[in-house]
Amino acid sequence: MFDIDKWQEILGTIKKNKLRTFLTGFAVAWGIFMLMILLGAGNGLSNGVGSNFEGNALNAMWIWSRETTLPYEGFQPGRRIQLTMDDLEEIAKIDKIDLISARYWIGDRTYSYQNEYGNYNTQSCHPDYQHIEKLIITKGRFLNEIDMEYDRKVMVIGHDIEEALFKDKDPIGEFIRVGTVPFKVIGVYNEMDPREGTRQGLIPIATAQRLFNAGNRIHNMALTTVDVTKKESQRVEEEIRLLLAKRHKFDPEDQRAIGIYNSLENYIETMNIFSAIKMFVWLIGIGTLIAGIVGVSNIMLIVVKERTKEIGIRKALGATPGSIIGLVLLESILITALAGYIGMVLGISLMEGVNFMMEQQAQAQVGTSGDQGEFRMFMNPTVDLRIAVSAMLLLVSAGALAGYIPAKRAASIKPIDALHDE
Amino acid sequence: MITLKNLHKSYFTASNSLHVLKGISLDIHQGEFVSVMGSSGSGKSTLLNILGILDSYDKGSYHLDGKLIQNMSEKNAAKYRNETLGFIFQSFNLISFKNAMENVALPLYYQGVSRKKRNVTALEYLDKLGLLEWAEHMPNELSGGQKQRVAIARALISKPKVILADEPTGALDTQTSYEVMEILKEINQEGITIIIVTHEHDIAAMTDKIIKLRDGVIGDLIINGDLASFKKSYAKNVATL
Repeated sequence: MFDIDKWQEILGTIKKNKLRTFLTGFAVAWGIFMLMILLGAGNGLSNGVGSNFEGNALNAMWIWSRETTLPYEGFQPGRRIQLTMDDLEEIAKIDKIDLISARYWIGDRTYSYQNEYGNYNTQSCHPDYQHIEKLIITKGRFLNEIDMEYDRKVMVIGHDIEEALFKDKDPIGEFIRVGTVPFKVIGVYNEMDPREGTRQGLIPIATAQRLFNAGNRIHNMALTTVDVTKKESQRVEEEIRLLLAKRHKFDPEDQRAIGIYNSLENYIETMNIFSAIKMFVWLIGIGTLIAGIVGVSNIMLIVVKERTKEIGIRKALGATPGSIIGLVLLESILITALAGYIGMVLGISLMEGVNFMMEQQAQAQVGTSGDQGEFRMFMNPTVDLRIAVSAMLLLVSAGALAGYIPAKRAASIKPIDALHDE
Repeated sequence: MITLKNLHKSYFTASNSLHVLKGISLDIHQGEFVSVMGSSGSGKSTLLNILGILDSYDKGSYHLDGKLIQNMSEKNAAKYRNETLGFIFQSFNLISFKNAMENVALPLYYQGVSRKKRNVTALEYLDKLGLLEWAEHMPNELSGGQKQRVAIARALISKPKVILADEPTGALDTQTSYEVMEILKEINQEGITIIIVTHEHDIAAMTDKIIKLRDGVIGDLIINGDLASFKKSYAKNVATL
């Protein structure tokens, strides 16, 4: 393999046919370049859309109440369904449900601490809510069962509120006034996905119900299932719908009486689309590559034809068929691997460049408008090293494949035919 | 050195077959200087190809240096060619993108000799043939006679037992032809068997033994003692021209 003479000979033939070698190499480089771009773009799309699921547990479900649209057992359509704590307790008994939390919003109130104040929304929930929403506790702790039991007036504030009201001061143990009611700050949370915002105070639902006249009512529920398949998660969804239909006397067929958002189902469906896109991308990319490889094979056939006489001489002088095959194969592999490598580096650098520019832009946007909750389509459009390496291996074997038939032909050249070819 | 017994060879094309060698029996001893003559189509090239293990034969037997040459794998044939035989061609067949030294060194490359060593050896052989100062020249910078001498050096470098020359002087003028023949004679005196195919009588007359092929069989076998009369009849032929 690392025989100077062999390489010299290969470089010699390549040098003799610069343009031809360049064009051949270009076909391969272009093929791999396109493959990298397509894969990068596919990854970007998949990363972008996938990132929209990041802020919540993937197996989360949200349930909220709406109005009935079908008449049922003497009730007119257009009746408002009101979810209650009793619904929550019943739903919690369903098999495969892991965490569950009610949500009840108190609405915008003025939060004040010493001389600082601002208008913020207060949401009440169960301790499980932390893991359903994937909240990160940066200081202190989250709500717990004891807070619930004693209806404690405690609050976990969002990072934005902490910054606005406390500046550099440690908020833990301080009291915030919500309207006129003082709450003790026990923790600060942040969101994994910054677009979801941290402008809420979270308090125990039990406290909210007592303090703000909520009674038994809740606005919506968030829950997660234990590890389930898409089918099981759909079954859980259906069971919840049936249970609520029975409890609130609406038609189980009435899809609009309550809203259920099943993120697992959506996630799986989205990811299925992306794996299909990915396969398609590979298909196209490999198709382009094959065109390049056929080009290399073609050129090598011509090269062998041109070198018939030389190969004949070599054989007369004692070259074995193996050494002839090696010569042609190596040349083919050299052209494909080198050209492919160039194409790959160009493709990857282009995608990295696009990624860099997009990140710059994203940062600028967050800086100026603090734009939140926007649906992201495209993110981190790069190809990982593993794919690049496998593409490289693919290339080398493609080069070997492209050289194989010409090499076989070269090896079968009979010295007599070659030498009498004058 | 070379023993042929009742050798037959046919070529087959789609529609017909051509019986080229029709039973050749021949003995060539070590150190002989033999020429093969015959009109075109008489089978002399085919015979040389078989002797050079470049082609197979159908019937009979071929012993080279005591070894039966039959149904050899390509790999073994290559090895045997490399170690036992040296080739000289009418059109020299130097590799155009290699200089004289690299061309001469090529057989040693296939023996796995290191680059440095084979280049030193190649220079020795080029020196022997008076071409040392041309070692770095490419084939297209050499004259016909020089090219053929490079080819002879290349044939000699692997220290073969037999040298096969296919019309070695066919592309050269008379004076250069005689020079090349002188070189071959010297080589022959070192004990190497030489077989040349030629259709030139004067060239054939310089060898020890002439095998005349006619329609795939040996027509005439002229050996040492008869050479004088061959020369005489050849001179008569020239005179009548």
